[in-house]
Amino acid sequence: MTSSPAKHARISSGDRKERMTFHLMLLPGMIMLLIFVFVPLVGSLMAFQDYVPARGLFGSKWVGLENFEIIFSFPDSVQVFWNTLIIAFGKLVMNAIIPVVFSILLNELGGKYFKRTFQTIVYLPHFLSWVVLATVVTNMFSLEGPINALIGLFGAEPIQFLASNQWFRTVIIGTDVWKEFGYNSVVYLAALLAVDPGLYEAASIDGASRFKQILHITLPALMPTVVLMTALNLGNILNAGFDQVFNLYNPIVYETGDIIDTYVYRIGMVEGQYSIGTAVGLFKSVISFILILGANNVAKKTTGSSIF
Amino acid sequence: MVQKVSVGTRLAKAAIWLIVILMTASCLLPLVNMVAISFSSSNAVASNQVGLWPVEFTATTYQKLLNDSQFWASFWISVQRVVLGTLINMFFVISMAYPLSKSKLRFPAREIYIKIVIFAMLFSGGIIPLFMVVSKLHMINSIWALVLPGAVPVFNVILMINFFKGVPTSLDEAACIDGASPLTILVKIYLPVSLPALATVALFSIVNHWNDYFSGLLYMNKASLYPLQTYIQQLTVDITQITDAEQLKQLSTMSNRAFNATKIVVSTIPLLIIYPFLQKYFVSGIVIGAVKE
Repeated sequence: MTSSPAKHARISSGDRKERMTFHLMLLPGMIMLLIFVFVPLVGSLMAFQDYVPARGLFGSKWVGLENFEIIFSFPDSVQVFWNTLIIAFGKLVMNAIIPVVFSILLNELGGKYFKRTFQTIVYLPHFLSWVVLATVVTNMFSLEGPINALIGLFGAEPIQFLASNQWFRTVIIGTDVWKEFGYNSVVYLAALLAVDPGLYEAASIDGASRFKQILHITLPALMPTVVLMTALNLGNILNAGFDQVFNLYNPIVYETGDIIDTYVYRIGMVEGQYSIGTAVGLFKSVISFILILGANNVAKKTTGSSIF
Repeated sequence: MVQKVSVGTRLAKAAIWLIVILMTASCLLPLVNMVAISFSSSNAVASNQVGLWPVEFTATTYQKLLNDSQFWASFWISVQRVVLGTLINMFFVISMAYPLSKSKLRFPAREIYIKIVIFAMLFSGGIIPLFMVVSKLHMINSIWALVLPGAVPVFNVILMINFFKGVPTSLDEAACIDGASPLTILVKIYLPVSLPALATVALFSIVNHWNDYFSGLLYMNKASLYPLQTYIQQLTVDITQITDAEQLKQLSTMSNRAFNATKIVVSTIPLLIIYPFLQKYFVSGIVIGAVKE
């Protein structure tokens, strides 16, 4: 690194002043991150303590990995771990398939006006909170609700979907896909806009049917986006959706529906077992962090794009 | 032969229309049902007669809601936190994204800052330590607890960095030579050309603050201080305390379902008002967000 006089002139007081301004601009944000992200991170060391609020973080007894041993000896927490994986995996798969199918079908329709109206409607549920939608979903799946009326037409007995360990996960996965398929289809519809219309023309001149065109033109055009989205979502495999489950579950379905985040909330915030709750949360954070970094790298290598 | 193919094609087309219409209807009709319930008599609601149109039309629940002071108190808290929270979010988005959008050469420390920001996005200490920090800062029961812990919306900061990077540096350099300060350049050049991106980020903030019920539940220990979504969540919370199937059955036939539906409908109106704007911008927001940092 030899610094020419010209370069010296450029890194003069003007540039230094600019850098100083940049540091100052970042200062408030960094302070907020310090207080609300990094201090709590230090606080999560209580996962390795028998934390007593009156004694604080520095006065409580250190117990090493004891809390983690306790967690893994609970049959409850092992079940919770599995519930989380099953629900998140179901969402991962269905949230890839349904939006792709929807965007392909929508792409086949003529008429810009209809398309736009359909899009306007299917994006809407994404912007509504699970608090609101939980009431809607409870309504739909109640004993006298429309879903039970529908299966009643086929002579089936009504089902208490939200109080049935057989059905709860299916309802959670299904209603999440219902809420998000429109929003998730945005990226696929954008990818389809980029497909050269000449490809379809050439294919139909060669006598390829519409179905064959979908199979050989549309689907391959979507694959990179599908891979990217799925890879990125894989990093979220321990996020089964706190807001949704929290607003829909009840003690009858803890067995199949309780997930890591709801468990942490109940153990830590409701029952006041701070150390155990934090240990479960920390365990999840560490695994998630590794998964997200991994998924991001995979996405970068296979598709050339990533979120960070 | 030719005839046969066209029948098949037409059938396929009809099937596609049918599926798309059914999927779209599934998103709309449950919400229409909510509105219909809110305008129906409580008898009709209790006996599950209401479909997509009100039965025994009445607006009594809406009249009752006008006099429900807790609902409006919570509504007002939500409005306040949306305004305050969005302003705070925008301040941090702009003040952090602008320096971080500069090249490594021009701002070497950027590399360290960006690592801190991404780490903050990906790793969290969990709700329990965060709750303790908020309570140590004496923010329990204060509106600051609703807006400060999430003051830096890291994902939106990164989205904005990507957008600022797309602003032609020639504009910036020309102004620099003219001796304009970084702040002047930000305000005079960057912000005006970034209005669509800023609108996207602001709308995301508004929706997040309006929809968030959890910080209200966590940090407010008086029901009178709940923001609107927490208030509504508490109306329906009974379901999480149910221990047998019989109770769940009773809950679904409760007579105040029409009143609850009214509260939900009214709480959704502000979102519906901004929805056209949201729709205009969020698609571009998602596309910007997918670009690599």
